[in-house]
Amino acid sequence: MNAFASFVRKECIHILRDPRTMLIVLLMPVVLMMLFGFAISTEIKNIDVAAVATRYTTDVRRDLTALEHNPYVTFKGIIREGEVDAALRCGRCSAVVLFGRDGKRHIVLDASNSSLSASAAIYLRSILTADAAASALPVTTYMRHNPQLKSAYNFVPGVMGLIFILICALMTCVSVVREKESGTMEVLLVSPVRPVYVVLAKMIPYLALSLFNLATILLLSHYVLEMPVAGNLSVLLILCTLYIVLSLFLGLFVSTLAQSQMVALLICAMVMLVPMMMLSGMMFPVENLPPVLKQLTFIVPARWFNDAIRKVMVEGLGFVAIWKELSILFAMALALFVASIKKFKDRLE
Amino acid sequence: MKHTLPILIRKEVTQFRRNKVLPRIVVMMPLMLVLVLPLVTQMDVKNISVAFIDHDRSPLTLRMESHLAHSDYFRLCEPVGSFEEAEQMLDDGKVDLVVCIPEHFERDLTLGDPKPILLEANAVNATKGAQGMQYALQTIASAAMEKARERGAAIGTEQLLTVENRYNPTGNYRHFMLPALMIVLLILVCCFLPLLNIMTEKEHGTIEQINVTPVGRLEFILAKLIPYWLLAMVLLAVAMLLAWAVYGLLPAGAAALVFLAAFLFALCISGFAVTIANISDTMQQAIFVMFFFVMLFMLMSGLFTPIDSMPRWAQDITYAFPPRYVIDVFRSVYLKGTLFVELWFDFLMLTLLAVVFNLLATVTYKKQS
Amino acid sequence: MDNIITVSNLTKQFGSFTAVDHITFAVSRGEIFGFLGANGAGKTTAMRMLCGLSKPTSGSGSVAGYDLRTQGEQIKRHIGYMSQRFSLYEDLTVVENMELYGGIYGLSRREVSDRVDQLLTALQFADHRDDLVGSLPLGWKQKLAFMVATVHRPELVFLDEPTGGVDPITRRQFWDLIRAAAAQGTTIFVTTHYMDEAEYCHRISIMVDGQIRALDTPAALRARYGAETMEQVFYRLAREAKRGD
Repeated sequence: MNAFASFVRKECIHILRDPRTMLIVLLMPVVLMMLFGFAISTEIKNIDVAAVATRYTTDVRRDLTALEHNPYVTFKGIIREGEVDAALRCGRCSAVVLFGRDGKRHIVLDASNSSLSASAAIYLRSILTADAAASALPVTTYMRHNPQLKSAYNFVPGVMGLIFILICALMTCVSVVREKESGTMEVLLVSPVRPVYVVLAKMIPYLALSLFNLATILLLSHYVLEMPVAGNLSVLLILCTLYIVLSLFLGLFVSTLAQSQMVALLICAMVMLVPMMMLSGMMFPVENLPPVLKQLTFIVPARWFNDAIRKVMVEGLGFVAIWKELSILFAMALALFVASIKKFKDRLE
Repeated sequence: MKHTLPILIRKEVTQFRRNKVLPRIVVMMPLMLVLVLPLVTQMDVKNISVAFIDHDRSPLTLRMESHLAHSDYFRLCEPVGSFEEAEQMLDDGKVDLVVCIPEHFERDLTLGDPKPILLEANAVNATKGAQGMQYALQTIASAAMEKARERGAAIGTEQLLTVENRYNPTGNYRHFMLPALMIVLLILVCCFLPLLNIMTEKEHGTIEQINVTPVGRLEFILAKLIPYWLLAMVLLAVAMLLAWAVYGLLPAGAAALVFLAAFLFALCISGFAVTIANISDTMQQAIFVMFFFVMLFMLMSGLFTPIDSMPRWAQDITYAFPPRYVIDVFRSVYLKGTLFVELWFDFLMLTLLAVVFNLLATVTYKKQS
Repeated sequence: MDNIITVSNLTKQFGSFTAVDHITFAVSRGEIFGFLGANGAGKTTAMRMLCGLSKPTSGSGSVAGYDLRTQGEQIKRHIGYMSQRFSLYEDLTVVENMELYGGIYGLSRREVSDRVDQLLTALQFADHRDDLVGSLPLGWKQKLAFMVATVHRPELVFLDEPTGGVDPITRRQFWDLIRAAAAQGTTIFVTTHYMDEAEYCHRISIMVDGQIRALDTPAALRARYGAETMEQVFYRLAREAKRGD
């Protein structure tokens, strides 16, 4: 195994000699977590609202005060009825409340973002009908597993999935293709070490990097984002390691298809990253996809990973609950590995 | 020596045509973006499965059940006996929401001392849980309101509130996403492709051969970028046509504004790409740095989540991000028919950033090391 | 005879490492000047400074009448360059590569096409004009790189290890090319680590550890060091070398 060890060492040296890439690879999960945790949100934190009012009855004044003092509303002032369209169009406000003569109120929304405007409508409605709320039904609500409605629970698995695929698949792929391009691959393949080991040697450093990133993500989720890592840590680690290994093999497989780095990168980006982001349930729920695409998600490893991770991290379930996902991921990894090795051997013959 | 520009451009075009993979990807891109992605980027929460446990079975609660059943948002599942059973189903993922009405609810409500209705939502997906909860509350409340009206009770002020959705009356989320996805197309063509192109020349050494010739920096950079700018405009036009043909989406405002903003944006990000290429040694490095920034841009520029929802410090950072402005222009012109003068700030910033990034690109290109 | 290259105390440092150490020499117009030395001696670095690809840390010089430090862009108009990696566009054809560089150096389309025909015939390349460069064997790429470097008939041509990795016959053919170009008045500045090629040059210099240890005609050097071949001259000089093989 001496030769194997020297291969691994060579790969490590390659990586360490490129501090810029290393920096980005190690920094990206941190930045993503911070972004998702603190900056990005789909919740409405602010609605710009203007009002049209000709008569200031007590009711109208009360409503205006409610709007002005609401923490999630920025009141943009009173405008004339004729200005409503222009105000919405140029983005000065997202909604205008028109107070009519007969006590009727009409809300005009900029519905160009339909999901936001739906929530905005609900929210404004609740401000303006505070009275009705008093006579509303008594209801107690519970948010299960996530009482504080932290969106972290949603995106942390997604970030993990993305980072691992990125680092493992992309970097392995580029690394192998680079050797192909510069001709050094042939030298390696001609050495006494079997091709399998040449290739495995390439993956070891990326495996290490990914595990390091995994630790970073878990630590950040726990201490900074205050997301409890509910489940069994060992289950989590096994799941993540399996997924990392799968990504490595995926990168390997793609590298057998590409002749130049440019092509390899384009394939990775188009065929891997974009579908991963879109179809894995990370950003957009899988249930809402049209049937054709829903079928497609079955072959996207990130989707299974996402499902399993949520079950483990948020719901605290164990092995048994995720056996289906584990077996699928394992099967995919195996298939990719076999296919890659076969393609490698073909090249030599 | 401006006449070298056409020669260099011709070389770029020849190389592009000879490449087997690139033209195919270029054709696939607008197709994928416009045809497939809008199907995916769906934020509406629909088909929430609800377990409705009714210990009262009064006309009021039956009305509530009926409202839930008839709502587009919900799917009532098989009747469940107890709350515990329903909670188990919640945990197993068989059900998203549980509504549990206590005994004698209607009677107690009229007497003024009701026990509360229990609503529990699976909030692992916080957005889905919250929205589902909201809709459920609304649906139940409207059922109660209806019943109250029938009884002749006082008409709540709820009655007098109407809502109008302007600019997207069908509430079509795809119409919201399509303009933004076209911008993703621009980023791919004007940012990644030139970057890969320059890095390939760097790695093959052909860039050194050019550095030894009298070809100036500006000419070299322009020759690389001009074909991609043209390509981007053509692909944009194709994407817009497809958007119209497939989704019936046409710009409400002037299409010329869309192209102008797109062009300025192309200038910005291609300048950025060249800058990254100039300071990178290997393709792998360049790609990673670029990917990092593109991800930042895409997540923070209002493409998927609103800028307004971000904290102040994050919003301030986005002022330096070109995509923020072009996304605003695209959406405003497409959906609201906004005019040029109303978008002056966006255009101003785009022009400014274009100048800055291209200045950076020329300054960082070193013919001599 | 005027000098087309003059260099005085030219130095290049990378951090604490001095790659080129205060070299001083001159090259006359029309001569074939061999820039010899072992790998790592500093030849390529020195040449890159003369071509305007690398900025000198200190020292001065002029190439083709233009100052090395301040008039780099003018220098480039008067020189041709062939790099160690024969940087040609692999996905363009032979003709397309030549037309590109012909155009870059300001030749009109007519001039370029004439020149292309001329060179292709002279080098018996005409059958391969529409072949992609990537499909050519190494020796042909070499010749093509040389043609590209001289398509605009520059006064001075820099060749960096042009005969690396090809068989002896091809190497000799290549030197026939070089001599033919010199006969027409082109000055040739060539680096190589093949000592036998030194015999083909008018004068040579030998670099060891970044410094010029010898500068003269091949015959004079052989006499001075009492050697029969340039290889022996080199061994005697390079025995003390700390860098390279």
